[in-house]
Amino acid sequence: MITIDSLTKSYDEHVVVNDVSLQLPDSGVTSLIGPNGAGKSTLLSMVSRILGADAGVVSVEGLDVFKAPSKDVAKKLSILRQDAHTTARITVRELVEFGRYPHSHGRLTPECHAAVAEALEYCDLVDLTDRPIHQLSGGQRQRAYVAMVLAQDTRYVLLDEPLNNLDMVHATGLMQLLRRLADEKGKSIVLVLHDVNYASVYSDRIIAMRDGDVVHDGPPETVITEGALGDVYDMEFSVHTLGGDRIAAYFR
Amino acid sequence: MPPREQHTILISQGDEPADQATEASALPARGLTTRQKRVFAGLALLLVVSVAVFLTWDVNGHWDFALPRRTEQVVALAVVGIAIAASTVVFHTVTANRILTPSIMGFDALYVLVATALVFLLGSTTVAQIDPLVMFGLNTALMMGCATALYRWILGNGERGLYTLILVGVVAGTFFMSLTNFMFRTMDPNEFDSLMTTLFASFNAIDTTLLWIGGGLLLLGVVAIFKMAPQLDVLSLGRERAITLGLDYRRTVTWLLLIVALLVSVSTALVGPITFLGLLVANLAYQLTRTHRHAVNLATASLVAIVALVAGQAILEHVLDHNGTLGSIINVIGGLYFIGLLLKEARA
Repeated sequence: MITIDSLTKSYDEHVVVNDVSLQLPDSGVTSLIGPNGAGKSTLLSMVSRILGADAGVVSVEGLDVFKAPSKDVAKKLSILRQDAHTTARITVRELVEFGRYPHSHGRLTPECHAAVAEALEYCDLVDLTDRPIHQLSGGQRQRAYVAMVLAQDTRYVLLDEPLNNLDMVHATGLMQLLRRLADEKGKSIVLVLHDVNYASVYSDRIIAMRDGDVVHDGPPETVITEGALGDVYDMEFSVHTLGGDRIAAYFR
Repeated sequence: MPPREQHTILISQGDEPADQATEASALPARGLTTRQKRVFAGLALLLVVSVAVFLTWDVNGHWDFALPRRTEQVVALAVVGIAIAASTVVFHTVTANRILTPSIMGFDALYVLVATALVFLLGSTTVAQIDPLVMFGLNTALMMGCATALYRWILGNGERGLYTLILVGVVAGTFFMSLTNFMFRTMDPNEFDSLMTTLFASFNAIDTTLLWIGGGLLLLGVVAIFKMAPQLDVLSLGRERAITLGLDYRRTVTWLLLIVALLVSVSTALVGPITFLGLLVANLAYQLTRTHRHAVNLATASLVAIVALVAGQAILEHVLDHNGTLGSIINVIGGLYFIGLLLKEARA
């Protein structure tokens, strides 16, 4: 369980995350949706201690992420962010091996090698193992980063807009992979999504934010509705049921 | 020629065993690639050749005079080379930028400023009475304190971004130099003279006691850096990934900056500011090794630096007949390389 208590962040006068209190579950897929500037990414950055909070507490299974030793938090929680692009010359395998750092501190144990091999296999990267990451396509590179997070083997995996710059083949592939992680390995996946339909189809729970506040929180049936989505995005939606999934249309 | 034998051993002690130890402990699963083995072998050969040439060229039978003196020079060149190479590689990783050096960010300007301010405020007679070692200690401690506080403050917790850091660093460096120049101008000419001799010691006139102390400090700093090689590797993935992987970013970066400040003061105290050498050797090392692993890159950059300095000094003494300084040769070559690097980056 991740407990977020009265978390606040503001830049000058502008409040980005406004006194948010939430509990994130210890398994399943949880999506954060909302318009640009709603505070989703900021919230996720604070939960993962990359960004300091102005006020509030985040604890992961009782561990205060801002105060506990960083190496202890790294065994429970990992985050994958889109923007940070590494300049280091490393191969896919080396990148994935970095995921073992919280456990091994640079000395890989046999257990580490097994975890790395499993992560590579799981993300379908076996053929690309020795390729430098800067030679990979966007989708392959994203899979490599997911594999690194997988090798870190934390219960909680946070992903900030993981579908950015992916075509639909790779986006769907990645969402299927994340769903499998939650179902087969019992992990708790928390991700920021811009496409409400991916959120609808793959999530157990959807948290909708607007102007720094959580405005809707629940399973897809209660959040992917014309009323709730209209409220979050301030535009018109029509929600259809297609083969058991709730699909929102907003193109006209 | 017993001293020469001793010499090669001494240098490799500062460098290779430390490297191998870290190699073995950091990543037991993978040793060096064939390419890296070749690079090490090639550089080791170059090192032996350049040291041999330096020690034996044009001795004219005055062995008992030339050898001890030249041996001392080689040790000094090695100490300075390793200090500059290691501090630059670490600085590149901390700032996530390969065209910066501690000098561009004003580290050695700060050392010169502190030294000048001490003479300016205390007067050269007082300073002359102080033991040079005490002076060096005072200078180094002040410089490390200032540099760490300043760059720690600029770097913040890393959220402010790299460009602020670089900009403030460059401005600060210029500011330090202007302050130093101001003090030079208002100083008594005699004091200026004595300051110049202490500040810009050259490879031809090396203070032996300072050399041993500097060498000792260097060894401490280099051992610490090699011990931190896995952390440096993680740091090279960027601040956010490093934090995610459980690195205590603030603490690690503070330690690294402290060590960089120490290494810069050692090299500046021994030979004065050599601006471009670090940039040159670090980037050459990256091109040679093609790896992200710091244990390998630090060792390679150090070897390249020693070879460059020893060969450069030999050329200066015997080909150019002392017309010029090693610093100016390095700055010319380094400057050209820097421009090339900028053009390459601009095109990429």
